[in-house]
Amino acid sequence: MSSSHTQTIDSQHSASLLRFMTCGSVDDGKSTLIGRLLFDTKTILADTLTQMTRTSEKRGLTAVDLSLLTDGLQAEREQGITIDVAYRYFSTGTRKYIIADAPGHEQYTRNMVTAASTANLAIILIDARKGVLTQTRRHSYLAHLVGIPHIVVAVNKMDLVNYDQAIYDKICADYLVFANEIGLAQSQIAAGNDISFIPMSALNGDMLVDRLENMPWYDGKTMIEMLEAAPSAHTEHNEPFRFPVQFVCRPHASDNPELHDFRGFMGRIESGEIAVGDAVTVLPNGYQSKVKAIQIGDAQLQSATTEQSITLLLEDEIDTSRGDMIVKSSEAQEPVKQIDAFVCWLSETPMSPARTYVIRHTTRESKAKVGAIHYKVDVNTLEEQATADLKMNDIARITFKLAQPLMVDSYNANRATGAFIIIDESSNNTVGAGMII
Amino acid sequence: MTTKQENPRQPLTHLDWLESEAIYILREVAGQCSNPVLLFSGGKDSLCILRLAEKAFRPGRFPFPLMHIDTGHNYKEVIDFRDQRAAELGERLIVRNVEDSMARGTVVLKSADESRNKHQSVTLLEAIEEFGFDCCIGGARRDEEKARAKERIMSFRDEFGQWDPKNQRPELWSLYNARSHKGENIRAFPISNWTEMDVWQYIEREKLQLPSIYFAHQRDVVMRGGSIVPVNVPLVNGEVANPVKAGEEIINMQVRFRTVGDISCTAPVISDADDVSKIVLETATSTITERGATRLDDQTSDASMEQRKKEGYF
Ligand SMILES: Nc1nc2c(ncn2[C@@H]2O[C@H](COP(=O)(O)OP(=O)(O)O)[C@@H](O)[C@H]2O)c(=O)[nH]1
Repeated sequence: MSSSHTQTIDSQHSASLLRFMTCGSVDDGKSTLIGRLLFDTKTILADTLTQMTRTSEKRGLTAVDLSLLTDGLQAEREQGITIDVAYRYFSTGTRKYIIADAPGHEQYTRNMVTAASTANLAIILIDARKGVLTQTRRHSYLAHLVGIPHIVVAVNKMDLVNYDQAIYDKICADYLVFANEIGLAQSQIAAGNDISFIPMSALNGDMLVDRLENMPWYDGKTMIEMLEAAPSAHTEHNEPFRFPVQFVCRPHASDNPELHDFRGFMGRIESGEIAVGDAVTVLPNGYQSKVKAIQIGDAQLQSATTEQSITLLLEDEIDTSRGDMIVKSSEAQEPVKQIDAFVCWLSETPMSPARTYVIRHTTRESKAKVGAIHYKVDVNTLEEQATADLKMNDIARITFKLAQPLMVDSYNANRATGAFIIIDESSNNTVGAGMII
Repeated sequence: MTTKQENPRQPLTHLDWLESEAIYILREVAGQCSNPVLLFSGGKDSLCILRLAEKAFRPGRFPFPLMHIDTGHNYKEVIDFRDQRAAELGERLIVRNVEDSMARGTVVLKSADESRNKHQSVTLLEAIEEFGFDCCIGGARRDEEKARAKERIMSFRDEFGQWDPKNQRPELWSLYNARSHKGENIRAFPISNWTEMDVWQYIEREKLQLPSIYFAHQRDVVMRGGSIVPVNVPLVNGEVANPVKAGEEIINMQVRFRTVGDISCTAPVISDADDVSKIVLETATSTITERGATRLDDQTSDASMEQRKKEGYF
């Protein structure tokens, strides 16, 4: 290893953060891509690399196999153990990245949905020799369903097709035809989102961190440039202020008399912004007040924004508890007792429409019963099919009736307040994931 | 609706984002669990979590006590620091000792100098049962090793404290499910998404105090099986851990610890980083993972020695 193998640091601590995911079928080059990103950004340290070199040599390889870095998954795949989403980290100095690495196999719709739920960008890998396949459609549909705003279609293994521009152009054109068919292209653009294309070789490193010389015909961004330029979650749109209360702080037992009447509503801003003096409404009860103070620890803020965990103090004494939602009075939504949603079933035990489940939406829970299963979606053909129940990896459109009112937005408008999970109270397992229509 | 051009909202910095996520997770534990506990060792990761808990719950008290499972083989500096920090915070600290489990016969060492680290889990389970805890908050991170990359933020343990990879709950969005039946237990990891670098940058930003052994200091060590092994370490109870063995040559070296744990399995690294900003720099230029540094096999240690020589450490 060269002595310049140095992680970049950011002394101002001002790097932003991007969560993204990789999707591809087995052998499309996902592990190699991740390994290459970690390697070229100097995130792989010497001891790990030594291990990888040894293993590569043992397997008779001449170069270090970068896919060994994510070999944990490989081994499991061979043994047929449940494959799961793995999270990996690297930093460029200007940005910290969290990669959700989900195996692409057909049975793993639920893993992809899980990985996609926190991702703001998806890299969809296509093998240049194979072009757009059924699984490409599946991955694209799921990325779209789970509302990933930025999709990068990466045509990999360009080295195996002589870095031929015609092949790349054809794959891009094919992809766009299909993306138009399923409405992906239109709705991505309507939502202010995007689809980009890039040719690359994960093995050689073409167009990842370095451009190299093999594809002078491509003048778009490299992979790392795309990642660096992608907006962080929630910085793109003006969303209404949504503040689910997680915990209420009432330190009245404290010996400090000043704290006797302290009543702080603690939570994370799921969307939007808030400032001291703003008129707010506490849902579902509809009490009105004004923001008196905003705090993070000891720090007093004048305003706060999406994804900040804060403590809110209100002007009036209002009885509020976990599960309530504080919103701006001008943007208050009507609590609902019925929701229509796309649901991905996650559990090996099929959904039984006769049973009562618990729906957890933000910090609030409600018992729920299935009103109707409208249809399920074949993730390969995108056909709608009638169904009476839901098995693992199925995606269906379902209406639920709720025991408690929920304060929801449509998932398309707001990923945080449009999402919910379904819990089976007998096992306490998370058995489903829902996106409100 | 304004478009993104008109209103480019400033994204949070990565440290602010990680901090906010960790606070959110701590509050979820407080909101969902009836009797949680925060595992606190005096080490850097758990010190970060204490700061996060302050930001999450002050001016109230923490909605959980702190607990340390003490192997009896911890560095005195760390134990003293642990007690001091708990006292400063005014929070309740529970200490349960592996040595008590040994006295009860629930922990049996194969030999007197066997590492007690892995036996901590027995004492932990005994404490969970004693207090009826339904959730233990810990400082583990996914970047620590490959096998941890798939660990959940809320990780489910059965009645025997076992982690069954097939029985883990999918985690979507930030909708964490920390429910458990009686006897079962959740392990919550608020800094799962942090790297070693993030931890050091946070310590630097928040000006957190740390036990002295994290910083470069002179120490008697020997080379044992390719590792730097601290010897003749005075313990809290007046005994001495890791006595030097016949034929070993004691070297006095400038070292620091990247992790602090049971003396028998925590090796220091050679370093002259005596403050946090130097450690941040050293972490950035480090060529060895945190775990690799504590258990060096011959070959890697050769490579890293070579590397350090090149960089002028000797
Ligand atoms: N020639 C070539 N081979 C590649 C490229 N990317 C990956 N591979 C190889 O394809 C195989 C599968 O790659 P891997 O990363 O394990 O795929 P995964 O199953 O998607 O994680 C490995 O043998 C890689 O070395 C590439 O860009 N060019």
